[in-house]
Amino acid sequence: MGDMTSEGQHLGTDFDLSQFYAIFFEEAGENLDQMEQMLLAVDVEAADDEELNAIFRCAHSIKGGAATFGFADVAELTHQMESLLDKLRRHELQPTTAMVDVLLESSDALRGQLAVHQGTATEPPATHDLVSRIYALANGGAGSAPDTTAQATSASPTPTIAPEPKVEPTASESTAQAPAPVASAGERELDILIGPLDNPAAADGIAELFRDIPGLGSVEPQPSDSANLRVFRARTTASDSDLLELFTFHVGKEHIRIVENTQTATKPEAATPQAVAKEGTDFGFFDNAPGAPRPGAEPIAASSAPTPVVEHKPAPRTEARTAAPVPGGLESTTLRVSVSKVDQLINLVGELVITQAMLAQKSRELDAHANHPLLAGLADLDRNTRDLQEAVMSIRMIPMSVVFNRFPRMLRDLATKLGKKVELVTHGEATELDKGLVEKITDPLTHLIRNSCDHGIEMPEDRRAKGKSETGTITLSATHQGGSILIEVRDDGKGLSRDKLLKKAREKGIEAPDTLSDPEVWNLIFAPGFSTADQVTDVSGRGVGMDVVKKNITALGGTVEIDSAEGYGMSVRVRLPLTLAIMDGMSVRVSDEVYILPLASVIESFQIKPQDINTVAQGARVVKVREEYMPVIELEQVFQVPRFEHLSVSPIMVVVEADGQRVALMVDELLGQQQVVIKNLETNYRKVPNVSGATILGDGKVALILDTSGLVRRSRH
Amino acid sequence: MRSILAVDDSASMRKMVAFTLAGAGYQVVEAVDGRDALQKAQAKSFDLVLTDQNMPNLDGLGLTRELRASERYQSVPILILTTESSDAMKQAGRAAGATGWLVKPFDPNRLIEVIQKVIC
Repeated sequence: MGDMTSEGQHLGTDFDLSQFYAIFFEEAGENLDQMEQMLLAVDVEAADDEELNAIFRCAHSIKGGAATFGFADVAELTHQMESLLDKLRRHELQPTTAMVDVLLESSDALRGQLAVHQGTATEPPATHDLVSRIYALANGGAGSAPDTTAQATSASPTPTIAPEPKVEPTASESTAQAPAPVASAGERELDILIGPLDNPAAADGIAELFRDIPGLGSVEPQPSDSANLRVFRARTTASDSDLLELFTFHVGKEHIRIVENTQTATKPEAATPQAVAKEGTDFGFFDNAPGAPRPGAEPIAASSAPTPVVEHKPAPRTEARTAAPVPGGLESTTLRVSVSKVDQLINLVGELVITQAMLAQKSRELDAHANHPLLAGLADLDRNTRDLQEAVMSIRMIPMSVVFNRFPRMLRDLATKLGKKVELVTHGEATELDKGLVEKITDPLTHLIRNSCDHGIEMPEDRRAKGKSETGTITLSATHQGGSILIEVRDDGKGLSRDKLLKKAREKGIEAPDTLSDPEVWNLIFAPGFSTADQVTDVSGRGVGMDVVKKNITALGGTVEIDSAEGYGMSVRVRLPLTLAIMDGMSVRVSDEVYILPLASVIESFQIKPQDINTVAQGARVVKVREEYMPVIELEQVFQVPRFEHLSVSPIMVVVEADGQRVALMVDELLGQQQVVIKNLETNYRKVPNVSGATILGDGKVALILDTSGLVRRSRH
Repeated sequence: MRSILAVDDSASMRKMVAFTLAGAGYQVVEAVDGRDALQKAQAKSFDLVLTDQNMPNLDGLGLTRELRASERYQSVPILILTTESSDAMKQAGRAAGATGWLVKPFDPNRLIEVIQKVIC
């Protein structure tokens, strides 16, 4: 392989970059998330250097990828952001709230642009205004000399996806014009103040820079009145920002001050730096640099670069060849895998669990003594299968921070709009939840937080009048509790008013007697069409009520609870199963059919005598439970189960609750509780009323999983 | 087989570079930033280091200086990938001991051409 000639190593010209798009989109999304978070955290009065650098890097990274992969609009916008951020991190500009705002807006626009490229949106966001606003901010309030470099590069970066090695517009723009801004600045006399430094010798490196870099100019150390302070007087054509960048190799940016000596006349005829030799339009090698091709040879223009010859071997290569390669352990420790692969794995493990359950069931018929080794092996298999299943399920688990991270931004915008002061506190971001659930819980949580801010937290003056601090607090927390996750949205706002809720409910025609307990009153807000605000604002009045929130959470197998103290705030607790793929179920038999009920919705079960069931108007049947009548649903009729022999024993009632309502399901027998792997019916067959999915039982038979909320709805009609 | 250490904090750029170079017959090891690169460069010798400039932890120039300080990398070609092609940038690269630079965005075929000028 080592003797391969250059020709042999050429790739075809049809190099396909699209294979990296997915990585780029994901990465750009991550960078945007990170950037938003950091922008929100920035204290404009005392911005941290490292923070600004990190924000800059995010924009820079997106820009680099976008330009490489040919997303010119993304590259253009990030270029503008980068220019502004660059000035911020170089302390040429002071950060302002307006800048943070425009950068946040840009990040939204970038998401829009990326969505269009990904094909998930069709309408690209308008960025013209945004670009000019960023440009104005970046070039308006500057206190330093006009930066011609910004002008020169503000032109749209041309992506070079086309395999055209001859002309590189971006590069020619930059290299061909690069000396110009430097030279046009003319030679200036500068006072460079370095310090205070713990180790003043570090500043000597700056003098060395002027010696090492031809054309940079000259420098003279000046007397300093402090031991840990160094002063230099320099004559240079380089701009402040370029100098600053150079100096930071030796001393921290915060220790550098550059002051221009204005009385010195500038010399526009100053020499252009000659540091760079052997350069192409888009790349170059330094003269006499280590590792450069043919060190010491006459400069070779890249455009007429000779074909490298095989026998030309730079010194390092032999050295490298003798070194033993270290296999493995060098790659990064995370792996990006497509969700479909993980889902396939989960599916296969699900099948394995079923097979294992089947074997376990069959093995019970075997003689324990005679088949001891086999049974011991099966017991091991059982344990290993469970461990495997748990491990595989954990792959799909992602931390709640993915959801939580979007809220600071949302809340900031919302609070600004409403003129409120709100602080968001989050706990338990590391709590993990199934990816599918995380995606589905985001909207309900967004609504709850929006509600808290809109209806819960009072205006600053009201809060002050009540003796509270002006800034309201919304606490968002996530914790694991047994097999479920508990997410709580808590605010210290005005809380729910019992009287107001009852009054409102009656106005809406909802039955609300005074005897309702507090929790029952709080639950009224989940009634369809209920809104507690006196006026519908454009924040909460988006046509989605709390009823939808509750419905969505219930659809995920979760529950919602409200707690409130008037004047002190309220809390909404959402409890969710950890995963959508496995469920604790109760298996029941109706004639020869087996059905699974979600255990979470089962309240109780009891045996009845047929005469306990009463038929009321329109053939509806009810059963009396502790002096209360409850609708009865005969599963046999719902699913038209054929029955070949008459029911010999008394039926059993299983009480299930969904959407705050209870119904009694009539079944023949309770078979037991078990974990079931949920198989989607819609993907394999079609949506079936009253059925939420199916599972395969230990004996290989298919059992339907009942949709309890569907059954409850059915009882209402 | 020539081995190249490709350093970039952006996964898409890194993968693209790695894919391009691997396709051209080079053995490529990826590093996510200067610090990671430094560790990998100490564990194994490379025939060329191709590094992004702007990275967290340790940037491309910092990495170059660190590498040049060790005997093993005194004459190994180090190319800096940068979006900035200002003279100051180039001078800083030279001062740090880099062999040359390549402006981003670049065409994959161009990258191979440039690398073949340095190692063949």
